[in-house]
Amino acid sequence: MNYSKKVMKHFRKPHNVGKIKDASGVGEVGNLVCGDMMKLYIKVKDEVLIDVKFETYGCAAAIATSSVITDLVKGKKIGKVLKMSNKDIIDELGGLPPIKIHCSLLSVEALTEAIWDYYKKEGKKVPEELRERHEVIAKMRQV
Amino acid sequence: MKKRHIYLDYAATCPVDPRVVKAMQPYFFAKAGNNMSLHSDGQRANEAIEEARKKIVKAIGGKNGKLIFTGSATESNNLAIFGLAAVNKEKKQIIVSAIEHDCVLNSAKSLEKAGYKLDFLEVDEKGRVKLEQLAKMIGKKTLMVSVMQANNEIGTIQDITKIGEICKKAGAYFHSDAAQSFGREPIDVEKMGVDLLTLSSHKIYGPKGVAGLWIRQGVEVKPIIYGGGQEGGLRSGTMNTAAIVGWGLAGEIAIKEMKRENKRLLNLREKLIEGILKNISGIKLNGDRNKRLTNNVNISFGGIEGESLLLELDNHGVMVSTGSACSSASLAPSHVLMAMGAGAERAHGSIRFSLGRWTKEEDINYLLKILPKAVARLREVSVL
Repeated sequence: MNYSKKVMKHFRKPHNVGKIKDASGVGEVGNLVCGDMMKLYIKVKDEVLIDVKFETYGCAAAIATSSVITDLVKGKKIGKVLKMSNKDIIDELGGLPPIKIHCSLLSVEALTEAIWDYYKKEGKKVPEELRERHEVIAKMRQV
Repeated sequence: MKKRHIYLDYAATCPVDPRVVKAMQPYFFAKAGNNMSLHSDGQRANEAIEEARKKIVKAIGGKNGKLIFTGSATESNNLAIFGLAAVNKEKKQIIVSAIEHDCVLNSAKSLEKAGYKLDFLEVDEKGRVKLEQLAKMIGKKTLMVSVMQANNEIGTIQDITKIGEICKKAGAYFHSDAAQSFGREPIDVEKMGVDLLTLSSHKIYGPKGVAGLWIRQGVEVKPIIYGGGQEGGLRSGTMNTAAIVGWGLAGEIAIKEMKRENKRLLNLREKLIEGILKNISGIKLNGDRNKRLTNNVNISFGGIEGESLLLELDNHGVMVSTGSACSSASLAPSHVLMAMGAGAERAHGSIRFSLGRWTKEEDINYLLKILPKAVARLREVSVL
């Protein structure tokens, strides 16, 4: 198993580490048994993610995917961000070992949950696709 | 500044001692005969192999048995388990400790699929097998018990002699995997009551690609590899003369230097443990503080996943390994730490530092200097 240079770069110097105190939304996914936990904070203004931060417990891939997703979504509109898939994360990192693909999924889930949290807090009407994705993630957490 | 390189993964594998490399050299070219050949070159190879065999047998007090050269400790463990099962068809229970190496666990599980009753012997929080449980489990139907002398992850040393007594009383074969302990801890197969013993070369500064299974006289085992009938038919395949010669010398050196080397390593081990306990919070030493290999330090760092710390230390030029299998083929946390009841966070956050022949005090000092920073860096990123 080998990590790409980009993964190692993000692991060694991750971007946007930390909390956002007055976050518009927070998404937390993963669990200790699997060895990966991610918490993603977003600050939204006029439907744009003006700030994104993360805290992650996990392997190098978990930290790198968290770091890179903050880079990819920061300054972008929610509508655009919601179209992102884990493939975008993997491509941006120059690939991930097959056994670490789940880390990229986890980071997308953390983002999804953060946006879901934002919609709930704002009392906004949740798009159907977001609701479905949230329900799948919530269901997985129960397993 | 030259980047540091500090190897602290001797339990994974060791560099080959230059004295061993030198002893092996002639057998690649000048003395390349096949030991099965009748001509002088073949005889010369045969003599070299037998001389090495004598050295290893002597090192374990194994005159009442034979040593079979194999290609790896994994193969030795497979031969012990499948080999015994193929001969003794009427006994259908196998007992292995929950913290055995995967090659023992997976061989035993394969027999379970074929209809055997497989029982796992539990360990306590320090990784010591529960002897009273073994006494209850074992019976007339028990084919074999397999318990390693020292664990590869946490270094805990088992009371092999006691286990041997229990097995003997019940009439079950006793196999012990000594891949981690041979050359590091004294072994006497008579005192220990071992019927089959797995030995390794590359963990004691010998070459990879050679290992052994010692089998007590009167214990019948069927081969798992068939061919030209080398090793009394128990392990066919051309003998790896150079590697065998190398292992023979490596074993001889390890036994000769064991006492002095263990004293040296113990000092370094304790310095490392003390230093970590003193300077880093939220950590836990895994395994038994005293009944452990002199070269093993296994620590769980709270709030950190082991692989991250491994890579962070690698960045500082320090090579270690994680107990959690996250860095290898599976994502499951270390089965050893889970069996000890450590819980997922401790199992995922464990790092094994294993010291060896070329570990110096300044290496430990350097590690103790960079480790707190590495841990703090990753804890800053962590959500825990």
